[in-house]
Amino acid sequence: MSAEAVHAESFIRRYLFSTDHKTIGKQYLLTAFFMGLFAVGWSILIRIQLAWPHANLPLLSRLFPGLYQDGVLLPERYLSLVTMHGTVMVFFVISFALVSGFGNFIIPLHIGARDMAYPVLNMLSYWTAVPACILMIASFFVPDGAAAAGWTAYPPLSALPQAVPGSGWGQTLWLLGMALFIASFTMGSLNFVTTILNLRTKGMSMFRMPLTVWTLFISSVLGILAFPALTAAAIMLLLDRHGGTSFFLPSGLVVGGQVLEHSGGTPLLFQHLFWFLGHPEVYILVLPAIGIAFDVVAVFGRRPVFGYRTSIWALLVIGVLSMIVWGHHMFTSGMNPYLGEYFSVATVAITVPFAVLGMNLIASLWRAEIRLHPAMLFALAMIAAIGLGGLGGLWLGTASSDMYLHDSYFVVGHFHFMIGVVTAFGIFAGTYYWFPKMFGRMIDQRLGKIHFWATSVGVFFAFIAMHFLGLGGVLRRTYDPTAYEYTASVTWLNLPISIALFLAAAAQVVFLVNFFWSMFRGQKAEANPWEAATLEWTTPSPAPHLNWRELPSVFRGPYEYRTDGRAAGYRSQVVPDEPPAEVRA
Amino acid sequence: MTTVAMGSSETAAPVAHWQGGVSPFAVSWQKLMMWIFLVTDALLFAGFLASYGFVRLASPAWPEQNEVFPMLKIAAMTFVLITSSATMATAVGAAHRRDLKRAMVFVALTALGGLLFLLAQATEWATLIAEGARLTHNPWGPAPFAAFFFMITGFHGSHVLIGVILLTVVALRLWRGRATGMGVEVAGLYWHFVDVVWCFIFPLFYLL
Ligand code: HEM
Ligand SMILES: [Cu+2]
Repeated sequence: MSAEAVHAESFIRRYLFSTDHKTIGKQYLLTAFFMGLFAVGWSILIRIQLAWPHANLPLLSRLFPGLYQDGVLLPERYLSLVTMHGTVMVFFVISFALVSGFGNFIIPLHIGARDMAYPVLNMLSYWTAVPACILMIASFFVPDGAAAAGWTAYPPLSALPQAVPGSGWGQTLWLLGMALFIASFTMGSLNFVTTILNLRTKGMSMFRMPLTVWTLFISSVLGILAFPALTAAAIMLLLDRHGGTSFFLPSGLVVGGQVLEHSGGTPLLFQHLFWFLGHPEVYILVLPAIGIAFDVVAVFGRRPVFGYRTSIWALLVIGVLSMIVWGHHMFTSGMNPYLGEYFSVATVAITVPFAVLGMNLIASLWRAEIRLHPAMLFALAMIAAIGLGGLGGLWLGTASSDMYLHDSYFVVGHFHFMIGVVTAFGIFAGTYYWFPKMFGRMIDQRLGKIHFWATSVGVFFAFIAMHFLGLGGVLRRTYDPTAYEYTASVTWLNLPISIALFLAAAAQVVFLVNFFWSMFRGQKAEANPWEAATLEWTTPSPAPHLNWRELPSVFRGPYEYRTDGRAAGYRSQVVPDEPPAEVRA
Repeated sequence: MTTVAMGSSETAAPVAHWQGGVSPFAVSWQKLMMWIFLVTDALLFAGFLASYGFVRLASPAWPEQNEVFPMLKIAAMTFVLITSSATMATAVGAAHRRDLKRAMVFVALTALGGLLFLLAQATEWATLIAEGARLTHNPWGPAPFAAFFFMITGFHGSHVLIGVILLTVVALRLWRGRATGMGVEVAGLYWHFVDVVWCFIFPLFYLL
């Protein structure tokens, strides 16, 4: 099938029920942006509450009658907002954009394949994800509002429909939405792993793959290994809620003055199952962002990635270790101190391969000829965020300091650096970098830089400040931060944090305007506007259906920039080795 | 070395037939995908079984299984299921030799074995329910005992049911001469998996 023949396909086949990996990738990316509007919107309401806990807000009351009453945010809805912000951001924004979005778009283009191994399964994956999104958003409109047990959905709050208002319908929809999400993610992962292992073009050995593909590969494997634990937990939770079982419910629970009939289970079981997924999940999200940073730093620094192979080994070590450290989320759950010590040691051990990745990123800048494109700016700032997040992680991973910091704003600051800033910057770096290949047009750099600076100033200030809130003893998920007098010396920080985050949120408007304007009006892009060496830049922009007329053959690694001292020289992966001098003569 | 040109026939079927890196496993993508799927599915059962172990260890007492379950019947069910794996292996061998008749007979026998297993499982459920076992409570011990029983065997049973349906489809395709050796083999992988899972459930739930 030639590229022209494809244009005859109907609109529905081409844009809606497409099996083309590039279209599916873009669908995921746009869906992530769409869900991001909700998740950011909810976080703005949270920040308004924390900045002005006693204010009367008649306008918001009029806009969101379900959330506010007489100008005041309902406390139970505050919990719903926190829960849904976390859930949607983690699974429906970051995971959609980074793993499913860029994964689908870039894997075949990076390894020289025409499509995913099983394109129909790929389409199915997307169309399973869409109803999951609908369920999540719909849960705000059911009686008693959306789920309110936190993104971690700990029982008994999540297991007893009568526990808090959001534990009713909202929690059920949450569980069904997550079940669909897991099914969709699993289908995607099956495709990713199979495609990467089996569909590489001639010459594309595993150790010639760009690091983005490596990180997506490891993320997909982690997903395949870790998500079943959450599936099991979700099924058991549904049975506890609707089948009357007591997997997570001990005897003697009292709700509303009534002793419940449940007996024999334990809520700790849920924590183990959840974090057996939960911890790998955060790495599933952060690794592709780091992979993108490596690719971007090489292209816009005009240097080979430092320590390509050590980075891969570090990634593999992180993958293995990430499966055996989940207990660090449960230090205060009353676990055996010896077990806690084990989880502590294993957790702190993870910072070693993480530091290797960070150092390799920094060392890749040695003698670099940096081009400060927005993609590069985001990649560079990401390195700083990895460092700050990892530093906080050390405090939390040490059981003795975590006893104090657990469930405080220190944790919130830590994970927002990692799962918020690093991943979001990965999404932005990837978007600015691959935009020409996706849409055939250039994205505006000036707006991109405004977007970068406003976002960075906002998030770095806010999330660093949150660490100090936590050190001062402020607990997460508190509706009224002034409720405890002993935290009065730090809670004033809430207002500047909110303002900083409003700035960052406003910057995303600039991004979206730039994105859609450039999509239709941007300057036309050449095949290889960045002088990049990887395979996706050997085909026209936007990449045609089936990607290449002739599949490329690969002769070298992905990062041969200025290796022979030539000024701006680089060698594309498809350039064969030059024959020896005597043969040429 | 030059770039390999793709023949037009290959371009039309972009995914399946081309020469490139299939290492490290050197198997077709269909088989690989089935293997990976089985890994996640196995881990789902592992999640259930680990939860069962966790709750059981946290419980002060646990029922004596051979006072609850008819062990002879369970052993017979296990025997039938394991035998069906053997017939499946025979079917795969026959399909690869293109002996479709023989393959069809053995796939059908396998499905029959699965059906027998399901029948026995259903009667067992019925007996236990008649004796008072419910998701919420049971006459023998802590409430999660029966809940885990119904959940784990129910999940396994639904896998067997899906397997039986799959095998019926494969048998029909063999009858029409449309099934490939690969198709039979991939279905066989799934069937062996269902069997292996039972080999974990049986000792962990009924014996230990
Ligand atoms: C560098 C190594 C890291 C270490 C040592 C570390 C350690 C920890 C520890 C011990 C906790 C539990 C704190 C508590 O609840 O008391 C935690 C929470 C968390 N971490 Fe990390 N972490 C690291 C990297 C990351 C990365 C890369 C991500 C995500 C991309 C991440 C995301 C999270 C999240 C989301 C939570 C909070 C979950 C919740 O309770 O809601 N962490 N981290
Ligand atoms: Cu963790």
